[in-house]
Amino acid sequence: MMALKAINLPPLSPARPNEILLPPKPWFVALTLLFAFLFNLLPWTGVWLALKPDFLALVLLYWCIQQPRWIGVGAAWAFGLVTDVSQGALFGQHALAYSLLGFAAEYFHRRVLRFPLWQQAAHVAVLLVLAMVLVLIVRMAGGAALPEWSNFLGAVSGALLWPPLSTILQWPQRPPPSPGER
Amino acid sequence: MPALPSDETPFFRRGPSPFARFVFFGLFSLALLFADARYGYLESIRLGVGVVIAPLQRAALMPLHAWDAVAAYFASQTRISQENAELRRQLVVQGAVVQGAQALAQENGRLRGLLGAHAKSGGNDILAEVLYLGRDPFSQKVFVNKGSNDQVRAGQAVIDDGGVVGQVTRVFPAVAEVTLLTEKDHTIPVKIERNGIRSLLVGAGTGRAPELRFMSASADVQSGDVLVTSGLDGTYPPGLAVAVVAAVERDSGLMFARITCRPLAGVDRSDQVLIVPAPTANVPPRPEETNEAETPKRTGKGKRRAA
Repeated sequence: MMALKAINLPPLSPARPNEILLPPKPWFVALTLLFAFLFNLLPWTGVWLALKPDFLALVLLYWCIQQPRWIGVGAAWAFGLVTDVSQGALFGQHALAYSLLGFAAEYFHRRVLRFPLWQQAAHVAVLLVLAMVLVLIVRMAGGAALPEWSNFLGAVSGALLWPPLSTILQWPQRPPPSPGER
Repeated sequence: MPALPSDETPFFRRGPSPFARFVFFGLFSLALLFADARYGYLESIRLGVGVVIAPLQRAALMPLHAWDAVAAYFASQTRISQENAELRRQLVVQGAVVQGAQALAQENGRLRGLLGAHAKSGGNDILAEVLYLGRDPFSQKVFVNKGSNDQVRAGQAVIDDGGVVGQVTRVFPAVAEVTLLTEKDHTIPVKIERNGIRSLLVGAGTGRAPELRFMSASADVQSGDVLVTSGLDGTYPPGLAVAVVAAVERDSGLMFARITCRPLAGVDRSDQVLIVPAPTANVPPRPEETNEAETPKRTGKGKRRAA
């Protein structure tokens, strides 16, 4: 406890809506995206596979909202192509979904950050479902079979994961508490 | 007349608007989807990206291995000795089966020699570990940790201890993509083990049971019948267990019976699989048409049938 106070870390709690965050380190952004990609590739099975949110989509969404000048539609699209290869999907399927997420995040980023985390999570759920429906329409037009309804559970679990995920991702950007606050 | 600066002119220049970029990348994605689905043009790009991400795909299995190691370290001695006794018992039982099978294989080889038939190939199966299940809602894919460096080729059959899992569809240097037999329209030529009736087992998509197609309503199929590969396609070696008939619906109004099946392999549960090379190497080439009197139209038909 003493050591924690000595290096003056901010508390691991959601940032207040009016709190000004420090700019993230580029290596931190890259590392979180890499880890999100790895999390998608873990050997998930059974119920966990059905419940698994798309970690990469969530982290991309977070950085598109926080840092739209670095991570935007183009970067999301490129990560989508890599995901297409790693999941054996058709080329452009995840890319289409992620570029929609990137666009929506860039478009709404000023507004969404004003909301408390659970309202942001509701936005995230709607966005994830919209991206799924867009891909669904395109693939059904191409003659694919209707996927299982449990596929949409990923959007719900993704939204539930949004508050803890954004708390963790914004932790390194929070300014250290000023001496007067303690 | 000079244009007046509108309110929407941004103070900082930031390139095209998000919507313009979304339209650009969205249309690009649609073009890629079309090119990949219709023409399969993009396999070389896919191979390149696949090579780059292969270390990540393989690294994602490390936490599981670490967990297994920790679990094995703390596993109780009694449980391990119980498991050991059980495995010994299985070994004795299966040893008897293997000895019988060896005698049968020798006999089979002699009979095939008498008939002048080619010996069956076998023995160069590749053991692979499942890395992860593909999370594409429209297809059933599994990735395994062996690739073209380990002589895995596209088209080879994949089995586990229960039966056929599916087929290798794409090969990267260190990773291979296996399409499961439950994939929509994935077809395996099978025969019913009980009476040798041949049919096609066609996958129906995620979460739906595969079906036997084009079986007449009067065909001798019962629920509980075991389906094995017939080997007619030259892709799947003959005699591998595939599925068991789950339900037979005979509707007099329809020409065919509706026969749903349950795969015998742990299609999306197994973690160790065996990649079985295709037995096509021994298939003799199609004989030349010797009848010179045949019209070109008929040979054309024959070729189409062969393809």
